[in-house]
Amino acid sequence: MSRTPLDTVEHAAGTPDVELPWAELGLKKDEYERVVEILGRRPTGAELAMYSVMWSEHCSYKSSKVHLRQFGEKAPQSDALLVGIGENAGVVDVGQGYAVTFKVESHNHPSYVEPYQGAATGVGGIVRDIIAMGARPVAVVDPLRFGAADHPDTKRVLPGVVAGIGGYGNCLGLPNIGGEVVFDACYQGNPLVNAGAIGVMRHEDIHLAKASGAGNKVILYGARTGGDGIGGASILASETFDDAKPSKRPAVQVGDPFQEKLLIECTLEAFREKLVVGIQDLGAAGLSCATSELASNGSGGMRVTLDDVPLRDSTLSPEEILMSESQERMCAVVEPSKVDRFLEICDKWDVIATVIGEVTDGDRLEIFWHGGKIVDVDPRTVAHDGPVYERPYARPEWQDALQADDANALPRPTTGAELKDQVLRLVASPNQASKKWITSQYDHFVQGNTVLAQPEDSGMIRIDEETGLGVAIATDGNGRYAKLDPYAGAQLALSEAYRNVATTGAKPLAVSDCLNFGSPEDPAVMWQFAEAIRGLADACQQLGTPVTGGNVSLYNQTGDVAIHPTPVVAVLGVIDDVARRTPVAFQEEGQLLYLLGDTREEFGGSAWSQVVHDHLGGLPPKVDLERERLLGEILISASRDGMIDAAHDLSDGGLIQAVVESALLGGKGARLVVPDGLDAFTFLFSESAGRAVVAVPRSEELRFNDMCGARGLPVTRIGVVDGDTVELQGEFELSLEELRTAHEETIPALLA
Amino acid sequence: MARVVVDVMLKPEILDPQGQAVQRALPRLGFEGISDVRQGKRFELEVDGPVDEAALARIHDLAESFLANTVIEDFTVKVESEEAVAGAAK
Repeated sequence: MSRTPLDTVEHAAGTPDVELPWAELGLKKDEYERVVEILGRRPTGAELAMYSVMWSEHCSYKSSKVHLRQFGEKAPQSDALLVGIGENAGVVDVGQGYAVTFKVESHNHPSYVEPYQGAATGVGGIVRDIIAMGARPVAVVDPLRFGAADHPDTKRVLPGVVAGIGGYGNCLGLPNIGGEVVFDACYQGNPLVNAGAIGVMRHEDIHLAKASGAGNKVILYGARTGGDGIGGASILASETFDDAKPSKRPAVQVGDPFQEKLLIECTLEAFREKLVVGIQDLGAAGLSCATSELASNGSGGMRVTLDDVPLRDSTLSPEEILMSESQERMCAVVEPSKVDRFLEICDKWDVIATVIGEVTDGDRLEIFWHGGKIVDVDPRTVAHDGPVYERPYARPEWQDALQADDANALPRPTTGAELKDQVLRLVASPNQASKKWITSQYDHFVQGNTVLAQPEDSGMIRIDEETGLGVAIATDGNGRYAKLDPYAGAQLALSEAYRNVATTGAKPLAVSDCLNFGSPEDPAVMWQFAEAIRGLADACQQLGTPVTGGNVSLYNQTGDVAIHPTPVVAVLGVIDDVARRTPVAFQEEGQLLYLLGDTREEFGGSAWSQVVHDHLGGLPPKVDLERERLLGEILISASRDGMIDAAHDLSDGGLIQAVVESALLGGKGARLVVPDGLDAFTFLFSESAGRAVVAVPRSEELRFNDMCGARGLPVTRIGVVDGDTVELQGEFELSLEELRTAHEETIPALLA
Repeated sequence: MARVVVDVMLKPEILDPQGQAVQRALPRLGFEGISDVRQGKRFELEVDGPVDEAALARIHDLAESFLANTVIEDFTVKVESEEAVAGAAK
């Protein structure tokens, strides 16, 4: 069963007519022809493996690149940004010599096939991005979207995903402090499992992915390489070259969090001793990606002997080794004099480490197998010069009809009894209901630095015990808004995440995004994508929060039907002293409730329109970024100066949803009065952006009002924290007990 | 009563962290000469009535849909007790 002959560079040059399975590997004809043109000959099997995987949509961003450029072109000036787009993750200065790195990525498709492992390895992948920057991971967040809550397949996917995230994160000892859970039928065949992580380091510890210095050694360390995630490569291996091989390799990767924990400690110790010149984690495209990216970001030359890669399965072909997505592996470039010490540290942590090659003078990436040269390429052509598509895009014809189907025209509740009934239905609906059953499966408090976690507006972590310096992160996205208007929808996602961070008292600094869309080959989807990016880039520029990195996930669709366009935005903020944070829960009876911002009749895409009318149409709420900034400043000042004891941002579900959550979390009710100029329905359910509700101690009432007045932020007194009911004067009264039952029993009833 | 055994093993290419942990522990405990360990699950099903082809087909179904995660695991079905085999079509 020997593979004869080995498809070396020489062999390829001598056999130009051999047909390679480029189409099966996902390359288009013109892409394959470009590979041939670049090389001046047909590629070897191994080269084809590398090009096909690195030029895939996932790795090359070939459809999205032309649009993503806006994040750089429109990037606001920010002193806080230390490392921007293009590295494993962006890095932000948070003061006191600390830097924070954070990023959100998707693991959507694997999580649908195998929910537990898909979600678990999603966490593992994002955590390795963080350690590759030189940072110690301190927390994870998980924005999740599933099909209808009552659909039988949701009961298969969701518990597996949640258990996978919890299992992997808990084993690593990382608190899970935030995220979202959204249900919508559009995600039925295509759940969105996004994962974010935050890491902390000192400024001087930032590391970049590059290999420079001829003679430096390339060390692969971590788990052995097995047949994970190489469905595509096995075509190359079995059908073309050797029919005797196991024909179907699984595409599912299995994670080992304990191995990852060793990898974290081992990597950070090597960093501390300054042993590392460049580093890269192995994620999608495995060694193909790590070697070509390290080499092309450095001087360009690298020689690798594939025989030295430790294998879990000795039958793997070189193509499979290059494409394997086995988890928990990293690649470091180390000076020769430091190799022994590096290997010693790996040995101490029980991590397998092997020198697999070295950096060379030239500009070629050369890979050897059984003595033959099977890859000889310019690494830049693999890693950076992939195809770039200007995909056609066009506003879909149905967009006008969708926007004309105005939600503001839907029948509204008119009596107190109707209002009461709809409030109960709203807070009990799967999207608005408490997610405690899900989030309680995650460890929020491991490491002892968690200040806030779900269901707070943002997760918050203390990073310095002495000074109380901390960071906050919130992730938000609303596919319904984005469907109605992708430009505004992306801006609303940013607005909400920004507002959530500010509501807890932290100053928003930077943005990471995970852009989940359908097929880029559909002009309508491409239009949604282009609009969302334009919206997000414009808004980031105006709010002064640069995008530091992120991820694009395309082809999220079932058959011809795409998911709602779903840009998920993570905002990172800093707070000087976490003791000054503002929680969601009402603290004390008698405190005054104020509504900040303007309330308009805005129901397009609202939770109310979904829950009561199963309707999606009209326009999403108006975006006002200057208002968001002002509101943020007020909330941060008020938190710092102790003027408010509780605050909750207003988003889906509107004011009543926020008040009910604050009341239930605090165990204290509220008496509300409809303010002048508003009707009860709009007051309760409108989703106008740029708003928050705050609880102000009576002693601070004057000072707080003066501050809002001086800065021109509309502020309306709407009631008082009181009793054990939520009451809208003259309309209805609901006991906390009744609300709690409605709010907290929905999810366990559907999924437990 | 007849016993049918379903053995569930991770597919050969799938990483088996538990098996690896056991394998690493063996030399530490003085057990030499084991080059690889893979860990699986064994289910013993007590079947009412005869284990005929219909019963085995049912067991195959339940193993495939519930006992094993066939995305990452393989399984085998074996009839164990002798009295049952008599009536079964093997």
